Amino acid sequence: MKFLTTNFVKCSVKSCDSTTDSFPLGYDNCKLVQTEQEFKPDFILSILERLDWNALIQVAKDLGNESLPPVKPEGELLQNEDLLKDLHTLLIETTIIEGEMICNNCKHVYYIKNSIPNFLLPPHLA
Amino acid sequence: MSRPEQLAPPEIFYNDTEAVKYTSSTRVQHIQAKMTFRALELLNLEPSSQMLLDIGCGSGLSGEILTEEGYIWCGMDISPSMLATGLDREVDGDLFLADMGNGIPFRPGSFDAAISISAIQWLCNADTTNSDPQRRTLRFFNTLFASLKKGGKFVAQFYPMNDNQIDQILSCAKVAGFQGGLVIDDPDSKKNKKYYLVLSAGQSERQL
Ligand SMILES: [Zn+2]
Repeated sequence: MKFLTTNFVKCSVKSCDSTTDSFPLGYDNCKLVQTEQEFKPDFILSILERLDWNALIQVAKDLGNESLPPVKPEGELLQNEDLLKDLHTLLIETTIIEGEMICNNCKHVYYIKNSIPNFLLPPHLA
Repeated sequence: MSRPEQLAPPEIFYNDTEAVKYTSSTRVQHIQAKMTFRALELLNLEPSSQMLLDIGCGSGLSGEILTEEGYIWCGMDISPSMLATGLDREVDGDLFLADMGNGIPFRPGSFDAAISISAIQWLCNADTTNSDPQRRTLRFFNTLFASLKKGGKFVAQFYPMNDNQIDQILSCAKVAGFQGGLVIDDPDSKKNKKYYLVLSAGQSERQL
């Protein structure tokens, strides 16, 4: 699962729908892999618009990266190619291949194995 | 020929042998590709669209087309064997092992659009005594609606077993807030007749 996707995925349990604690998930025991991908600055710029920056900072911190700027870059900052390259590396090239995602509301743990998160729910949560 | 959804639940029907057989069949590939292109045509996406969801993505036959068209996509499927075949084929999308009847696990407004090829008829099946198709179908549409951006579209090619299933799917979609309906291609051909659900999650903010 790409790092980017952590900015969208949330708990699947129905009783967690109405709480803000079900997103982002907490990340633990994660194994990360970097894979080279073509750098498309325009794409990073447009994906930036839809990111929840606070969630991005929180998940990056869970995974040991505390280098993100505290507020979403805008204006002139976006002309800085190094910044866009860093974001490209983090969002697109970083994938979680093993790990645990924990809902901060119901505490359900979703496991990632072979890059695939398992969102199947046990019968009592489905 | 029996319909797969009548034989066993999808995660059991599409076991390793079936998954490879299904994915490597050129006939299946051809039909899936054709239906994916048709779904994209019906979606009529805005040029700025980037993130798509593929529900019942299987081994990524439709996803590969989404990649070729330049989209980032996430795919959900309930069959581990299908997803494993997708991993082997190194598809670009993020694959999720998930049951669409449990809901779409993405925050509000995650996706520009969603597609589904040959999958949502599974919602109409009760595989265990405690699974309620009506409740699962409603959960699916409610959470899908939320995961789409305002005005985001969902196009699903599916194989309804009867008119009752079509009514059930359309009525749940309406309850969830979707607008739209059914498009039937080649309605007079027994062999080529195809059903597409074409829905929109409210009015788009785009000026027409
Ligand atoms: Zn939860």
